[in-house]
Amino acid sequence: MKSRKIEEAVFKLLMIASITTVLAVLAGILVVIVVRGAPALNLAMLVQTPEGGYYLGKEGGIANAIVGSLCLALGASLLSFLFGLPIAFALQKEYIGRRLAQITRLSLDILWGTPSIVYGAFGFIIMVYLGLRASLLGGIIALTLLMLPIMIRSIEEVIRMTPLELKETSYAMGATRIETTVKVVLRQALPGMITGVLLAFGRGIGDAASILFTTGYTDYIPRSLFDPVASLPLAVFFQVATPIPEVQQRAYASALILLIIVLLISLASRLLSRRYSRHVLR
Amino acid sequence: MPHISLSNLRVAYGNQKVLQNITVDIPNNQITAIIGPSGCGKTTLLKTLNRLVDLYDEITVEGEVRIDGADIYDPKADLLTLRKKVGFLSQKPYPLPMSIHDNITFGPRIHRMNRKELLDQIHELEKHIPIDSLCPNGRQGQIQPSRTHEMAYLVEYYLRLAGLWEEVRERLHDPATQLSIGQQQRLALARALAVEPEVILADEPTSALDPISAQLIEKQFKTLKNHYTIVVVTHILRQARRIADYVIFLYLGELVEHGPAEQFFSSPRDERTRAYISGEIS
Repeated sequence: MKSRKIEEAVFKLLMIASITTVLAVLAGILVVIVVRGAPALNLAMLVQTPEGGYYLGKEGGIANAIVGSLCLALGASLLSFLFGLPIAFALQKEYIGRRLAQITRLSLDILWGTPSIVYGAFGFIIMVYLGLRASLLGGIIALTLLMLPIMIRSIEEVIRMTPLELKETSYAMGATRIETTVKVVLRQALPGMITGVLLAFGRGIGDAASILFTTGYTDYIPRSLFDPVASLPLAVFFQVATPIPEVQQRAYASALILLIIVLLISLASRLLSRRYSRHVLR
Repeated sequence: MPHISLSNLRVAYGNQKVLQNITVDIPNNQITAIIGPSGCGKTTLLKTLNRLVDLYDEITVEGEVRIDGADIYDPKADLLTLRKKVGFLSQKPYPLPMSIHDNITFGPRIHRMNRKELLDQIHELEKHIPIDSLCPNGRQGQIQPSRTHEMAYLVEYYLRLAGLWEEVRERLHDPATQLSIGQQQRLALARALAVEPEVILADEPTSALDPISAQLIEKQFKTLKNHYTIVVVTHILRQARRIADYVIFLYLGELVEHGPAEQFFSSPRDERTRAYISGEIS
């Protein structure tokens, strides 16, 4: 009897230890970014583009990178959702059958684990082939490739959680596959799908390697899809690599801005998800 | 001619035979109970009648299932028309992820029924079961079946038919998931009736319900049998005694005995039936 209680206590301790470790690391990252970045954070940082001498510690901001990152991540989220949703739907067994679905899932999982620099290199090859230069469009394409597996797998997981009996209910009424998918499964899975989109968005907006070759970097706000574009991860990367302390501080401030954007998007999606979960069957 | 007639029906999941040589006619406008121990193929038999078994992998159906004279497993048979004609109630109710109102209108909408068809359907049904007979407290000041309110009238009519109207009339646009499980099952009944089937299949429709809700469902079935052919799967012998007019007894995938309820329960012909009724086997 006693050994079972000890076992219980040991496992409880293990769980607490791992949760504490993870939270401590997260808190450490946050503290470093806030402590180092907050002093450099000001309105100018958010609304101005870099002036001459910005990278030597003079005036200006990183509005170019904020706008750039938002354009890249939103564009790629939209594109990967448009391609991803039909694929996620098709992975249901009514459409392509179990075996093909398993093969597709396996390849998506491999793509998920592929280093993002590979997507950058692949995106670059596509751009060369299409005759594009480093641009917003190139970045969106590379990011879309990176985000697609995440988007599809996470949406598809929620869709698979839809109870078979709920689908049966719809089929038994005489609904077709597409009616069942769009009118029943989609509504049931919607809150979870929003989380999936967010997951992909968060991965996309924070990724540096895939856009390193594909977007270039510029001090200006892009005017079209074919302009080069700045981005927050690369802004962090370039600024932290300088020897000037003021600029390094700005790197942390840029990272802080990136974190705040991700936080805001998460909160918004939580709200949205709650709003759409009114009808969801639990 | 009976609506439903089975001859030499054999069903197997992969190599496992689930039903063997089932030949039986199901009488019209009566309640037929399919009884037998767990795992003897009752649900499978029920789901072959609206081809819900099509959704399962590796299932093979041989033999004939004729509904209104047409073999429903004929490759040319229209699945959607079949399922419109044959309504289905599952063991646990699954409200569609939408409002109470939209749960009822789901069927008519997917079958693209126009105003005239909706009105014709109601008038036809009113000849057999007038709405006033469903209103114990009178029905003054209510919606009339007019050209502009046919959907509202239809929703009210079927909710009354399923005995749910008085409980939900004030909250038709609330999520259906907020109803109690007993109410959800009556909603499922109303939803199935709204496409005006000729046959209602019910798979242990009261097994998830409290005794009072279960009694309500049984009562509705007795009212409805004058206009619909009802097939109920149950493993509760007492329920079969209470509601069935005709009984089909399955044992280990085999059709052991079938016949009018009175005769079936008072003078069973087969030894296994006698043992099952007396409780020696279960």
